[in-house]
Amino acid sequence: MEITRKAIDSLRIEHITKRFPGVLACDDISLEIKKGEVLALVGENGAGKTTLMNILMGLYHPDEGSMFINGEKVHFRSPNDAFAYGIGMVHQQYMLVPNLTVLENIALGYKKAWNPLKLNLQMVRDRIDEISAHYGLSVDPDAYIWQLSVGEQQRVELVKTLCLGAEFLILDEPTSALTPQETDELIALLKKMSSELSIIFISHKLQEVKDLSSRVAILRHGKVVFQGNTIDHSSSDIAALMTGHEVNLPQNDAPACTLGPMLQIRNLKVKSDRGFLALDDLSLYVCKGEIVGLAGVSGNGQKELAEAINGLRKVESGEIVFDGVDIANFTPKQVIDCGMGYVPEERNTEGIVPSFSIKENLVLKDVESEKFSNRTFLKNSVIQKNGEDLRTQFDIRSPNIDIAAGSLSGGNIQKVILAREISRNPKFLVAVYPTRGLDMGAAEFIHKQLLQKRNEGVGILLISEELEEITNLSDQVAVIFKGKIQKVIPASEASRRRLGILMAGVEDDEQI
Amino acid sequence: MTNRFKTGYKIGVIILAIITAMALGAVILLAIGADVFKTYIVILTRPLMNKIGVTEVLLRMVPLSIIAIGITVAYRSGIINIGAEGQMAIGVLSTTAIALLFPNLPGYVLIPFAILAGAIGGAAWGFIPGFLKAKLQVSELLSTVMLNYIAAQLYTFLLRGPMLDPAEMTMGSGTPQSMRLSKNLDLTRFIKGTRIHTGLFIALALAVIIYFLLWKTSFGFKLRAAGASSKAARYGGINVPKYLIIAMMISGAFAGMAGSIEIAGVHRRAIEGVTSGYGFSGIVVALFGGLHPAGIVPAAFFFGLLIYGADMTQRIVGVPANMVQVLQGIIILVIVSTKMIINNPYLMQKVESRINSFRKKGSAQEETV
Repeated sequence: MEITRKAIDSLRIEHITKRFPGVLACDDISLEIKKGEVLALVGENGAGKTTLMNILMGLYHPDEGSMFINGEKVHFRSPNDAFAYGIGMVHQQYMLVPNLTVLENIALGYKKAWNPLKLNLQMVRDRIDEISAHYGLSVDPDAYIWQLSVGEQQRVELVKTLCLGAEFLILDEPTSALTPQETDELIALLKKMSSELSIIFISHKLQEVKDLSSRVAILRHGKVVFQGNTIDHSSSDIAALMTGHEVNLPQNDAPACTLGPMLQIRNLKVKSDRGFLALDDLSLYVCKGEIVGLAGVSGNGQKELAEAINGLRKVESGEIVFDGVDIANFTPKQVIDCGMGYVPEERNTEGIVPSFSIKENLVLKDVESEKFSNRTFLKNSVIQKNGEDLRTQFDIRSPNIDIAAGSLSGGNIQKVILAREISRNPKFLVAVYPTRGLDMGAAEFIHKQLLQKRNEGVGILLISEELEEITNLSDQVAVIFKGKIQKVIPASEASRRRLGILMAGVEDDEQI
Repeated sequence: MTNRFKTGYKIGVIILAIITAMALGAVILLAIGADVFKTYIVILTRPLMNKIGVTEVLLRMVPLSIIAIGITVAYRSGIINIGAEGQMAIGVLSTTAIALLFPNLPGYVLIPFAILAGAIGGAAWGFIPGFLKAKLQVSELLSTVMLNYIAAQLYTFLLRGPMLDPAEMTMGSGTPQSMRLSKNLDLTRFIKGTRIHTGLFIALALAVIIYFLLWKTSFGFKLRAAGASSKAARYGGINVPKYLIIAMMISGAFAGMAGSIEIAGVHRRAIEGVTSGYGFSGIVVALFGGLHPAGIVPAAFFFGLLIYGADMTQRIVGVPANMVQVLQGIIILVIVSTKMIINNPYLMQKVESRINSFRKKGSAQEETV
């Protein structure tokens, strides 16, 4: 089909408007992208970026407005129509089948190889080789998806999209799950590819926007508030336009801890879901009023550590001494009652009960406390008031507190979780990827809250992949690699490069 | 979006579901050569024409609503209880055993005692799949269905053996049923000339109790949290397995009580086929009633009407009463599909804006007139 198709020289959208219940997701958006251009689409969460891209892909239909390819009006009824025109998208969540090989995954969408009785895998293999040679994207066609790292999986997604003949790529937050090194590689690769393709990419990370894009469009509340050439504007200009005000991510500049230990982990051994040791003899020390940032590539035991501390995963051996008590193998309830707060990695499914209302989620851990119930019955008026208060205090943006928490945007869900955890006055807080996927405004707010708690004497274990977040907030940075703490260094000595090397498992050399 | 609109929308969808189910049912009725219109008229209106009809519908509503409410508790905690049929049978057996052992206790002691025994029996039968699910992740779909068979065989064994009516033995007819239980167990029939009994009030009271339990107490909050998202509940310090087991026991207890009340109020002895599919129809009633007591009570009435109406069609129009089971199956399918519609907020808003613009047009026209 790509033989008969004309190349995309330009794609133009005019006056696209899309409404969802209660939200105007896209409000009269007009954009144009020409061949060889890279357009960065930036904006806060809920600004309408993903919706707009889904309209381009034919997943949604715009309520108003139209699309033109090479000046010709087009109408996509489904993603198949978009593919037929050569538009391909790599979603934020990879659409791959874990227990199939790379080759098989790509063959799934490669209809030319579908003979009535037999799948022509050799044809797919040839196509993969051709594409990877052409773009310098190396993938092993026979590897199983589950064996691949996140970065490799993303490469597979890219190869898949290109194999299907895409020459107009849409990338939805392509770097959100990658390590710093993988991110740099990807950016370099995309830059090379951009000479032959048009690319739209969605991102929160302004550095990437500067590095990669030729033009930038900023969305706010469904409107394009700014379009221009990337070169003409600095990162802070773009950040300000994105949020509508100047953003200064707060930094930790308070003195180091003097208040004594709050959490001491000694020789912790914990198994992963697959049964091997995810934490192998891990030891870590966090003071009162101190933020320890745990840097590392995801999958090195961060999730298991957070779960073990919170009683959600069995501890094989070792101690977790929390404020003088060994809480290893306590039940989640007992850990909570000791004064532990936890912002889990999976905020949509673990941090909240999605179908429960905001106010119900805000009392998830405390329904049996005297404040919110007598022995049996809930005190609904207190729960209502608690919800109203926290909504104001934590700036949770929703029409009311009776709507399902699962219908909120990512940033607001995180605010609900943080509001609950912080309002419980914890002695310690485990925060896992607290700002992943959030926009600058929400991240700023959450960082401020964490720093404030730190200054009130709460110990915080901050697990993150964002090096900037870790170095900005932490007193100490611990690097985790294959279930062990590779090294703990003061934040002041933690350069991006040094952390990157430690995260990759290379023994630290002070001279680097 | 106003609450009034939301409720109206939901009711509208349910009515649409009924109409769709009836239309699909009509195809089958046509296939067997029945008079579609007359059949539906008989099912839906005949039972409501006189006192006996209405009370007979209410009579069927009692076990349906008690079982459906029990199933709701399980469902809300994340377990689909298909074992109400078996739990009900065990409830009947427990009540029969108590009534046979202590026939001389006064009614105000024997009735609560026997119903409690039925509840305990059902709860024990519900505990097994709950425990297996909570501790060993055994699918409740399998375990509850299998336990239905075991309960049915146990029921037959006891009624043909130890509990068999001595009179049947001497007369030699061998109908598998227990003797007429102590009169002290009888629930009062409060309308002369009908069979409707005080179990109706017990059913309504149980519905109210479960409403309060699920939505007004911290216990219910935790149970619903465990069902809505077990991961988040565990994170929130809720002992999810415990709530699964308790919910399954409550569910079983309700099915057991339905059995106790059925024999104390209607049959007055344990007879074969006493459960007569109530355990399965209860699932439909629970889903149809939106898994909420306020919806289940009317839904149970509606299904009571269907079941009793079907008996009448057999007599009047010659359509087999089994047609109601076909209709039930169709209704389940339609409900599952309409749930998708109910849960689609996008469609909901479209409907709302249509209605609003329609109203505006209407008022504008009035003004011009």
